[in-house]
Amino acid sequence: MTDLKQLYQEVILDHNKNPRNFGILDQFTHKAEGYNPLCGDRYTLYLIIQDGIVTDVSFEGAGCAISKSSASLMTSSLKGATLPEAQQLFDNFHRMLTEEISSEDLPGKSCKFIALQGVKSFPTRIKCATLVWHTLKTALEGKPVITTE
Amino acid sequence: MKQHNADDSRTISVGPLDPLKVKADFPILQQEINGFPLVYLDNAASTQKPAAVIERIAHYYETENANVHRGVHQLSQRATDAFEKGRETMRAFINAAHSKEIIFVRGATEGINLVAHGFGRKFFKPGDEVLISHLEHHSNIVPWQIVCEETGARLRVIPMDHQGQLDMDARLLNDHTRLVAVGHVSNALGTVNPVSEIIKQAHSRNIPVLVDGAQSVPHTPVDVQQLDCDFFVLSGHKMYGPTGIGVLYGKAEWLEKMQPYQGGGDMILTVSFEKTTYNTLPYKFEAGTPNIAGVAGLAAAAEYLTALGMEQVALHEDALLKYAQSRLSEFEELKIYGTAVHKAAVISFLFGDVHPHDIGTILDQSGVAIRTGHHCAQPVMDFFGIPATARASFGIYNTKEDVDQLVNGLKKIKEVFG
Repeated sequence: MTDLKQLYQEVILDHNKNPRNFGILDQFTHKAEGYNPLCGDRYTLYLIIQDGIVTDVSFEGAGCAISKSSASLMTSSLKGATLPEAQQLFDNFHRMLTEEISSEDLPGKSCKFIALQGVKSFPTRIKCATLVWHTLKTALEGKPVITTE
Repeated sequence: MKQHNADDSRTISVGPLDPLKVKADFPILQQEINGFPLVYLDNAASTQKPAAVIERIAHYYETENANVHRGVHQLSQRATDAFEKGRETMRAFINAAHSKEIIFVRGATEGINLVAHGFGRKFFKPGDEVLISHLEHHSNIVPWQIVCEETGARLRVIPMDHQGQLDMDARLLNDHTRLVAVGHVSNALGTVNPVSEIIKQAHSRNIPVLVDGAQSVPHTPVDVQQLDCDFFVLSGHKMYGPTGIGVLYGKAEWLEKMQPYQGGGDMILTVSFEKTTYNTLPYKFEAGTPNIAGVAGLAAAAEYLTALGMEQVALHEDALLKYAQSRLSEFEELKIYGTAVHKAAVISFLFGDVHPHDIGTILDQSGVAIRTGHHCAQPVMDFFGIPATARASFGIYNTKEDVDQLVNGLKKIKEVFG
């Protein structure tokens, strides 16, 4: 159970059960869909980026506890971030799952997703954790969309 | 049990299957995973290989390896003998009338693609219909969609009910139907489809039928002459044989009329730049150097199963299914998808609102290997309005104790997710 508890920490279970920033934004400037055809996890990410700052962000969709909590933690860490900061968060998340680093190496907003570090010991689940981060990258690289829903 | 071979199997009177003895024949099952004895319940995805199969492949490469149907030297003859003996073994295993009706392919998927190409591209016309079922694996959907798009034919689908059984009153056969392609056993739900009835109905209108036997051949006796199907496909790796080898059975009368699937060596009689004459059956459909070691290994797997007795295999797995269903009913929050009256030992399920992927990880920590996902059958998932299920599928080496270990693993879901 030790490994399982390491993976499914209280923070993860909480964010899975009560995901933050869950839903569709009425207005957004960037949007992307992330889909993992192997397991069926599917999320849509909505962002408002004004003057180079992520002023609001939300997600909706369905998937496993790891992917959903990752989306919840990611959106929490992104709010108020500048675009270079968002890129830094992406890099830090990636480093956390691929390199031996400690929590001190994850400064500022990155400490929010430290609870997902246990995923590193479960290689088959890493793509669950990174799905929504890749969706973020797609959203940021895409042209702004102007919609009101 | 290394002494199992075709000759022995004819003289041994087969008793009830002893899964512990069978398990001892599988080297890979003798290990621990995460501190627990490995319990392998992902047999519908791929099965493990007995020592007899592994040793047969090694023996081929150590003593017989060369190209087939070519050289005059001793090794070429041995390789050809191993290859053609394998064809005869597979003929006997599914009781085809002639060994020339056994075409070696990479697996069931390639077998279906071969028929879609060789039969569909040649005979389908605009307005024609191909009939499949809602339960099909993607491999028995997509090849037909491709050929329909090319020829202007239309794909039609036999609907299913909430138990995961085909609606046999749908009456979709008509004057436009050119081919029926249907799975024998559903990989996603375990449903055993009434293929004999489907074949009878189709034949009354002279419509040929392809049966996808990837999930039936490892679990129940199959006699293609008794079924009277026109085509039958199977995959070696799902019947305790190697990956990358499988069989397309086809009635000679159809295979003769079909166009070749691939061109190359071995499938020709004469080649000039003006005209090529195709080889006779089965070689017309076997272009290039085949998977000779794979055929030797596949034949060893068929001999292994024959020695166990396919009737006994079916009885064993049915008893396991009943036991597993009764043990899983202990969990109130566990819902089984696919409750057909005729069902193979496959249990697709969800556990409360816990995602199948999380179920899979938690079970893996208890040494239990299951499949999670859509099982290459997205239309089945869509029917139930779910993205995925967890699936435990049983085989010859699984025991009641394996089921108990699964149940103990499932108890941990509650511990983790509350």
